[in-house]
Amino acid sequence: METHRDDMGSKIGMWLFLLSEILLFGGLFILYSSYRYKNPIDFHLAAWELDRVLGTFNTLILITSSLSIVLSIFFVQKGNRRLSGLFLLATIFLGILFLGIKYVEWTAKIGHGLYPNSPRLLGRSKGEILFFGLYYSMTGLHGLHVLIGLFILSAMLVLVMKGKINEHRFVPLENTGLYWHLVDIIWIFLFPLFYLIT
Amino acid sequence: MTQNGVLEKTYPAASFYDHQGKYRGILAWILSTDHKRIGLLYLGLILLFFSVAVFFGFLMRLKLIAPGFPLMKPQMYNAIFTLHGIIQIFLVVIPAIPAIFGNFFLPIQIGARDMAFPKINLLSWWLYASGAAIVFLSLFTAGGPIDTGWTFYAPYSLRTTVNVPLAVFGVFILGMSSILTGVNLVTTTHRLRAPGMSWFRLPLFVWGVYATAWVQILATPVIGITFALIMIERYFGIGVFDPAKGGDPLLYQHLFWIYSHPAVYIMILPAMGVVSEVIPVFSRKNIFGYKAIAFSSIAIASVGSLVWGHHMFVSGQSDFASVIFSLLTFLVAVPSAIKVFNWVATLYKGSIELKPPLLFALTFIFLFSIGGLTGLIQGALAVNMHLHDTYWVVGHFHYIIFGGMGFGFLAALHYWFPKMFGKMYDMKRTIGGWIILFIGFNILYFPMLILGWEGMPRRYYDYPPPFHTLHLISTIGSWILIAGLIWIFFNLIQGLRRGEKAEDNPWKGASLEWQIPSPPPTHNFEKIPIVGKGPYEFG
Repeated sequence: METHRDDMGSKIGMWLFLLSEILLFGGLFILYSSYRYKNPIDFHLAAWELDRVLGTFNTLILITSSLSIVLSIFFVQKGNRRLSGLFLLATIFLGILFLGIKYVEWTAKIGHGLYPNSPRLLGRSKGEILFFGLYYSMTGLHGLHVLIGLFILSAMLVLVMKGKINEHRFVPLENTGLYWHLVDIIWIFLFPLFYLIT
Repeated sequence: MTQNGVLEKTYPAASFYDHQGKYRGILAWILSTDHKRIGLLYLGLILLFFSVAVFFGFLMRLKLIAPGFPLMKPQMYNAIFTLHGIIQIFLVVIPAIPAIFGNFFLPIQIGARDMAFPKINLLSWWLYASGAAIVFLSLFTAGGPIDTGWTFYAPYSLRTTVNVPLAVFGVFILGMSSILTGVNLVTTTHRLRAPGMSWFRLPLFVWGVYATAWVQILATPVIGITFALIMIERYFGIGVFDPAKGGDPLLYQHLFWIYSHPAVYIMILPAMGVVSEVIPVFSRKNIFGYKAIAFSSIAIASVGSLVWGHHMFVSGQSDFASVIFSLLTFLVAVPSAIKVFNWVATLYKGSIELKPPLLFALTFIFLFSIGGLTGLIQGALAVNMHLHDTYWVVGHFHYIIFGGMGFGFLAALHYWFPKMFGKMYDMKRTIGGWIILFIGFNILYFPMLILGWEGMPRRYYDYPPPFHTLHLISTIGSWILIAGLIWIFFNLIQGLRRGEKAEDNPWKGASLEWQIPSPPPTHNFEKIPIVGKGPYEFG
């Protein structure tokens, strides 16, 4: 019995999975659009309270991390596992940095008493309650995806170090790259929706 | 070697039951990545859950046997119809055909040795089993069994004291299982077809399951996020579905039905695939309108994903939206009718052998037609005002789900039983069971259509005396139906225990699964076949 290996099949499977991820976030984007349409002024006011500097910085971090995972894949294809591992490490570092900044942002908001069901938030207009409800759910779900991505990236790092992923077999790393780009792209939509459109 | 898709059977075929893998005993099953074993694992769990849900249905009908019949308290009744719905829909009907027969037969029918991702396939089963366990666990936690109906409508699901978050978490896990199964089935169909197995040589069952798998991938995440939001709402109170905080329960309904209407097509499309498989084999004729049937599966899957708003005609959504949704609802009937006409045309002048699989397939056509046509009646805006949330709707969807999908499932089970188990059941007894089931089915569900027309609302715990007669008839029907089910399954178990050994190709089918031994060897094909003809060219 020959072992079955189909790199193209693995990638098709990954793309299908990513499609389902887009629809998962799609439900949230529908809610966002609908509530923004109903409460344009409240959303405008609430968006002013987010820290645009930190948001921009986080966007740069994620975009850079997408570059570093691409470089990691590039180098493993060239047979340079050391550099590939190094860029994976850089991606992991950037991912952790992203979550760290997110943590700072969230704690600051919670420190101001702006969190779901908080007395201060419940005192605000309905649109603002919804804005922050969606802000926490959407960036939270995105953060969860970053966290899961970090675990997968770490597993990939181990596989690259061990030589299980090499210039002849790198499809798991490519799929990880696809997943990481998706996480990146979702953030690129979240960032303007929450921080920039005011 | 192979010629024209027919394989020589020269190799000593150790059936997959005798396969000696890494593990022994039960572990050899629950840790197996063999698509056939995983299919049977699903079969076992699904039949178990089915019997539980049928029992709940029996209790509901018993409660409604007479006005004021003191069998249970209202809260208990609410819990029972909720559980009946959740178990039947999420645990039984949605996974049944794709996960059991899709798993077992799709790879064989396209000439493959396994699914594209065997390990993910096993993971799907584990997710399914865990999701089911969590749903059942939620019944025994504080607050008692869930009472929201299977729809978990907000804001009630946000307010009720029962453990909604745990139950929807269970359904969320089931959704993950369903998505991964879908990914597996689509990738397998694209990548693992044997040489010569072009798209238009695929058996129509594969087309049905393939279309279904796309709906599983694209629609399931939407209910995933909806139920995730219910959990977040319950634990943190973010307010997105809570009117007190500006949230809109109508949006919950939209998100819920964006998945749950296409889910109806997840249920029915694979069953239609089974019927398309059975009818040509037992008419000894090539299928009439192969491409029309194949493409109508895709059409049903696509148009069916855009009709969810017809569940919300009286919810207060815009009239314009309702008109569009009603129009699309009528449109989706067209591809369904195309299938029915093609099946009937296939039967025309065929050499019909009325064996059990065909009997169930014909019953599918009859009952599905009633279900489909009643669906059109309630899809009209003005009529829907009158029929919405009545027993008419309950009757309608039982004709679709049980009459359609259920009988399609029985057709599949009786068609592929000899291949799956290598044993034959007593066909005459099956026909006896079928008569009881068919009569019981109609006595149970037809009165519901009349009850609804007369204004009996669904999900009510009690009713005034004028509705008594029809409710009584319906309850008696439920007993007959259950007797029929017991008869049919008892007969299959008898076949399993002491049936004759089945031939490799008892029905003289032309698709690939009939060209290999019964039960199939572990790797299905010793050599990957080269396919030279269509699946229904009986020659």
